[in-house]
Amino acid sequence: MDDDILMRIEKPARYIGNEVNSVMKDKEHVAVRFAMCFPDVYEIGMSHLGIQILYGMLNEWNDVWCERVYSPWVDLDRLMREKHIPLFALESQEPVRDMDFLGITIQYEMCYTNILQILDLAQIPLSAKERGEDVPIVIGGGPCCYNPEPIAEFFDLFYIGEGETQYRPLLDWYVENHAAGGTRHDFLRGAAKIPGIYVPQFYEECYREDGTVSGRKKRYEELPDRIRKELVTDMTEAYYPLKPVVPFIKVTQDRVVLEIQRGCIRGCRFCQAGQLYRPVRERGVEKLKQYAAALLANTGHEEISLSSLSSSDYSDLNGLLDFLIDDCGRRKINISLPSLRIDAFSLDVMSKVQDVKKSSLTFAPEAGSQRLRDVINKGLTEEVILKGASLAFAGGWTRVKLYFMLGLPTETEEDIRGIGELSNKIAAAFFETVPKEKRVNGRVQIVVSTSFFIPKPFTPFQWAPMCTREAFLDKAYLTRQGITAQLNQKSIKYNWHEADVSVLEGVFARGDRRVSQVIRRAYEKGCLFDSWSEYFHNDVWLSCFAECGLDIGFYTTRERAEDEIFPWDFIDCGVTKPFLLREWKKAQAGEVSPNCREQCQGCGASRFGTGICPGGAQEA
Amino acid sequence: MKLRIKFAKHGAMKFIGHLDMMRFFQKAVRRAGIDIRYSEGFSPHQIMSFAAPLGVGVESDGEYMDIEVCSMTSAGEIKEALNGVMVEGVEILSVTVLPDNARNAMASVAAASYRLRMKEGGFPVEDLADRLAAFYAQPSIPYTKETKKGPQQTDLKPGIRALRAEEDGSVSMLVNAGSSGNIKPAAVWEAFCDYAGCDIPLSACLLTRLETYTETAGEDGSRLTALSDVGAAE
Repeated sequence: MDDDILMRIEKPARYIGNEVNSVMKDKEHVAVRFAMCFPDVYEIGMSHLGIQILYGMLNEWNDVWCERVYSPWVDLDRLMREKHIPLFALESQEPVRDMDFLGITIQYEMCYTNILQILDLAQIPLSAKERGEDVPIVIGGGPCCYNPEPIAEFFDLFYIGEGETQYRPLLDWYVENHAAGGTRHDFLRGAAKIPGIYVPQFYEECYREDGTVSGRKKRYEELPDRIRKELVTDMTEAYYPLKPVVPFIKVTQDRVVLEIQRGCIRGCRFCQAGQLYRPVRERGVEKLKQYAAALLANTGHEEISLSSLSSSDYSDLNGLLDFLIDDCGRRKINISLPSLRIDAFSLDVMSKVQDVKKSSLTFAPEAGSQRLRDVINKGLTEEVILKGASLAFAGGWTRVKLYFMLGLPTETEEDIRGIGELSNKIAAAFFETVPKEKRVNGRVQIVVSTSFFIPKPFTPFQWAPMCTREAFLDKAYLTRQGITAQLNQKSIKYNWHEADVSVLEGVFARGDRRVSQVIRRAYEKGCLFDSWSEYFHNDVWLSCFAECGLDIGFYTTRERAEDEIFPWDFIDCGVTKPFLLREWKKAQAGEVSPNCREQCQGCGASRFGTGICPGGAQEA
Repeated sequence: MKLRIKFAKHGAMKFIGHLDMMRFFQKAVRRAGIDIRYSEGFSPHQIMSFAAPLGVGVESDGEYMDIEVCSMTSAGEIKEALNGVMVEGVEILSVTVLPDNARNAMASVAAASYRLRMKEGGFPVEDLADRLAAFYAQPSIPYTKETKKGPQQTDLKPGIRALRAEEDGSVSMLVNAGSSGNIKPAAVWEAFCDYAGCDIPLSACLLTRLETYTETAGEDGSRLTALSDVGAAE
């Protein structure tokens, strides 16, 4: 890009490429050019492991050149529109429009308008049906694609599930079709036969009079009725990028990321990831040790972080951490350990690798009372939290972060008051544990954060009504009152999320195909970077719903019948609807379910025949 | 052992700011497997210091940083190891062993030389050499600097050690740098354009720092020496 433009914008380093381990190839010697996009600003997109995996894997193939694309920030966005500069890929600095594929990873609902920005700036028609032979095939992937309908119109195809498995067959078919003179339509029709690939324009969503989905029609007989997610069956042998791109500027995740396992045994009922990535699959510990050493040597990062949904559940965590503490200690490398359960073992490890005085400990009770924690199947008891906190205080920690959700199914005022009470007990534990003369600055700092609960597809709570904006704000107010009523309230700080954006996220999460017109209209009216509060315009969104004749409450607060057909039912994520319904009923009865390691609950993921399932636990 | 590393920075790398270049070299040193010395304490950091920050958008053939190593085979191998882990646009030009009592790179900086040329063609200024000379011959060169506290009047003249047009059509200048008063070449150029009544934005030019100097006192007064000439090349 022009120097003149780069000098006029914030952080030009976002757009120049050339980073360590970025891949340059001769475009004349590749058959497929692939632009891989994370539709948010560079610093966020560069922190995402999934893109590094796919980028590395695709570039291992000699006939493919994969480049990266991120959302131009608002300053560059304005200049690109003004000067008609087409969106370009970082490596070649050439237009995305000239590539064969544009892959967009969709990690959260609030990036939907950014997807349209990417397409628009790339000069690709927004609707898949409007695209001709000369523009890239637009692929969507990532967790939001488990309900792709609200954005179905904008994609040529969705890749449902883990990216490691079907890209080779998909690209081979592309090359074959191209060589045979096939059209875009021919490619899509063939692609629809590849496992995990969903071509939305070949299907139609039908509705009942009450607005709910009545079923789906397909355009060709050979199309699959259900799309089953793809997954890696052998994590230890799966591709892992040992030369991830190292950004010049500071990004959100500025460290080596070592993915130790995929999936989670816990089965918290609000958690979508816990269901989508079943069954839990570990990477062999010897492989992880090799990877850690190679990644540190290849990147020069000064920190390594373990990545998984629940690191404490990794079976040889001790072995891995012993190795890392020893190896990283010699190299002056920091180890960060997110998603660890707080107990004597993890505190011991953390005290070895972190500066106790500076770091804070995080607990995620998610609900204020044991009753509600049982409803959501969060197996964390007050006793465990208080014991962990006391141990931590004895070990020198003085800062604790607590995460809760407001608006969970069956929640009462008593549950909400429990948030303040639990926080107070933790503060009291500090004063009981640490004698006055040993208190650093004489105090403890407890930070309570609440988010608003948003029911997500493929969770037991997919049937649950979501709260209104007003109900959410009342709950936040009650939480604050509950905290200020506590004896130790001076030690407790309270933060809460905005309600408007949660409501919108709720619509997108469980929306149907009709929602896409609202997204398009909001984009056309200037909505962009909706996940950035300074750019979120709720009034514009509300007017767009009104203009499109769609009722927000239909998607959020409406109670869904047990036999309702959901827009995402045609996707098979492994976990079955009868299992989710069982869990929904148990939730309402306040019954907990044991985790995968304790006793199989027959969720359906065992049919993949991998991970913890075969022989790991009994079928219920 | 103290080492002085001289490097060049070209192309797109000119958009990487000073702090990010420091982070880039911290990582590069680890990738190169250099046995760098770390500070003591709970969060040890590499002993590394940079000479003079370079503005974003400026290229350079004369950037410097000092590091301390615990062990090494030779300065040449350090140079080779670092060049093995660079990106396009950054090149290690030399590695010199510093005497133990040498002042660090940042404290040593006294001046820097620059070359300015149009990206395309020559400067569209008639009699450029004469007008530059006349501009420089002024007793004072007033310049209004935009600061956080608002506009501030300064005189550039005492900080400019040389300014002239070269035969190849470029403009060269030698200006004060470092803690003794830093003159930005962009300010000099802006002042000249005001003086000459021409409008040539810096974005139409390519600005390159050629060398960074330290000042050493000698019998016949002080003189400028390139930072890399302080130590003994191995």
